Amino acid sequence: MTQPHIRLTDVEMTFSRPDGAGEDIHALGPIQLDLRHGEFFAVVGPSGCGKSTLLELMIGLSTPTKGSITFEGKPINGSCPDGIGVVFQEDASFAWLTVRDNIAFGLRRMALDRREQDERVEKALAMMGLGEFADVYPSQLSGGMRQRVCIARTLVTEPRLILLDEPFGALDQQTRLLMGDEILSLWRKTGATIFLITHALDEAAMLADRIGVMSSRPGQLIDIVETNWPRDRDSRIVEEDAFGAVTARLWRSLRVESMKAIGKKDARP
Amino acid sequence: MSGSGRRLIENMGWLTLAILVIWQGLYVVIGDIALRSPMATLKFTASFVTTAQFVTHLTETGKAFLMALTIAVVSGLAIGFWLGIKRFASDVFEPFLIAVYSVPKITLYPILLLIFGLGLSAKVAFGAIHGIVPIALFTLNAVRNVKPVLLKTARVMGLSTTATIQQVIFPSALPEIFAGLRIGFSLTLIGTLLGEMFASQRGLGFLLMNAIGLHNVDVIVMLTFLLTGFAGIAGIALLLINRRITAQI
Ligand SMILES: Nc1ncnc2c1ncn2[C@@H]1O[C@H](COP(=O)(O)OP(=O)(O)OP(=O)(O)O)[C@@H](O)[C@H]1O
Ligand SMILES: [Mg+2]
Repeated sequence: MTQPHIRLTDVEMTFSRPDGAGEDIHALGPIQLDLRHGEFFAVVGPSGCGKSTLLELMIGLSTPTKGSITFEGKPINGSCPDGIGVVFQEDASFAWLTVRDNIAFGLRRMALDRREQDERVEKALAMMGLGEFADVYPSQLSGGMRQRVCIARTLVTEPRLILLDEPFGALDQQTRLLMGDEILSLWRKTGATIFLITHALDEAAMLADRIGVMSSRPGQLIDIVETNWPRDRDSRIVEEDAFGAVTARLWRSLRVESMKAIGKKDARP
Repeated sequence: MSGSGRRLIENMGWLTLAILVIWQGLYVVIGDIALRSPMATLKFTASFVTTAQFVTHLTETGKAFLMALTIAVVSGLAIGFWLGIKRFASDVFEPFLIAVYSVPKITLYPILLLIFGLGLSAKVAFGAIHGIVPIALFTLNAVRNVKPVLLKTARVMGLSTTATIQQVIFPSALPEIFAGLRIGFSLTLIGTLLGEMFASQRGLGFLLMNAIGLHNVDVIVMLTFLLTGFAGIAGIALLLINRRITAQI
C-alpha cells in the first residue's frame, strides 16, 4: 500500500542501429520492479544482459522504448531527478581535479553552507580511505581508488536512492568485503535505498535484502531472492550457513543464463 | 618548476650551443656571400634593433600577428567546440577541414588580396586562416574524445549545457586543445610573415623581402636569427605550459 521508492512498469529497451543497417538490439525487458523505501537491492546477471542499460533508464539518461518508470511517484523522463545518486561502471573521476575537489564537485552545486560541505568531504575522504590522497590527482591513484573517489563524490550529496554499477569491480576481494561493510553502515545511517549491480554472487548475497537475477539478453528478472538478513549485518555474514544457501540459489538460477551469454547454446539446467 | 621543466631548459641550452657551432661551421664553409658568423650577427642585431626603422616594422608585425592569432584562436575554438559537440555536423565538416588544412594557403592569397586590398587586414586574414584550421581540428577531436561517462556524470548532476562545457568538456579536452593551439601559434606566425613578404609595405616580412631584393645579407641573417629565436622561445614556453596541464592527467 505504501508507494514504492522507484517503480518500473513493463520497461523495455531496444537499440536501433544508428545507420539503420542490421537488426535492432533488444537489450532489456520487459521488466517489472518495485524498490521499497530503504531497501538494499542487488542485481546479478551475465555480462551484456542489460544491467547498465537498466541503470541508465532509471536515471533518465535514456528513455525506455516501452513502459514507464516513476521515482517517488513522479515519472522520470529525460533528466535525473534530485535525490538520485549514481556511480557508473567506468571510471568517471575528473582528471583535472584533485581527489578532494572531485568529491566536492557535486556538493558545490548545492545550496549548503561551505562549512557543512567541507565537513562532508572530509568525512567521505576518511570513510573511503582516501585521507592521505586528498590533494593528489586521480592519475596517481589505482583504478580501485579512483572508483572510491566516484563513490565518495556521489555519497556526499546524500542521495535518497543510490545506484551503483559494479563499483567494486576493480577492487581485490578483501578490500571489496571491507568496502561492502562501509556501504552497509552508510546504508544503515542514511536510510537510503540502494540499487547495486554486481557480477559477484557472494557480494550480492552478503549485502542485499533482495537480489534480482537477470537472464541473458534481453535481460529479464528470472528470480528474486530474499535474504532476510538482519539490518545490522556486516561481512561476517559470509560465515553463516544461510549465506551459502543464498549463493547456491543464485548460482542455480544463473548457471544456464551465463552459459548462454558466453555462447554455449546447448546449455542444460 | 618541475624537474622535467628544468631538464627541458637544460637541453635547450645544449641545443642552442650545438646550433651556434653548426652555424659557425657553415659560415666557415659558405662565407660572406650568403651568411654571417654568429658573432657578427649578434653585433649587427644589437645595433639594428634600436633603430626607429626596425621598431616600426616590428610593431607592425607584432600587431598583425596578435590580431591574426586572436582571430585564429577564438574562431578555431568556436568552430571546434561547435563541431565537436554536434556529432553529425562534425562528420560532415571534418573531411572538409582536413582538405582545407592540406591546401597550400598561398593559393588563396590572391583572393584575399582582392577582398582586403594591400595592407594590415590582408595579412591578418592570411595569418588567421593558417591558424584556424589546426586549432579547429584539434579542438573538434579533443571535444569528441571526452569520455562519454564524464558527460553522463554531468547530466546526472544536472549541469546545464554551458556549465557542462565550462566545467567538464573544456578541462577534459584542454591538453589536446592546447596541442592545437601550439601548432596554430606557429602556423599563424608563418602566415602573417608570408602575408607581409608577398604584398605589404611594412613589417618584418616586408623588411626580409626587401633585403633579399637588395642582397643585404646582414639583414637577412639577422631577421632569420630573430624570428627563429622568437619562435623557439615561444615554442618552449607553450610546451612548458602544456606539460603543466598534462602533468595531472
Ligand atoms: N548505446 C547502445 N547502442 C546499441 N547497443 C547497446 C547500447 N548500449 C548497450 N547496448 C547493448 O545492449 C546490451 C546490454 O548492454 P549493457 O551494457 O547494459 O550490459 P551489462 O549487463 O551492463 O554488461 P556488463 O556486465 O558487461 O557490464 C549489450 O548487448 C550491448 O551491446
Ligand atoms: Mg554494465
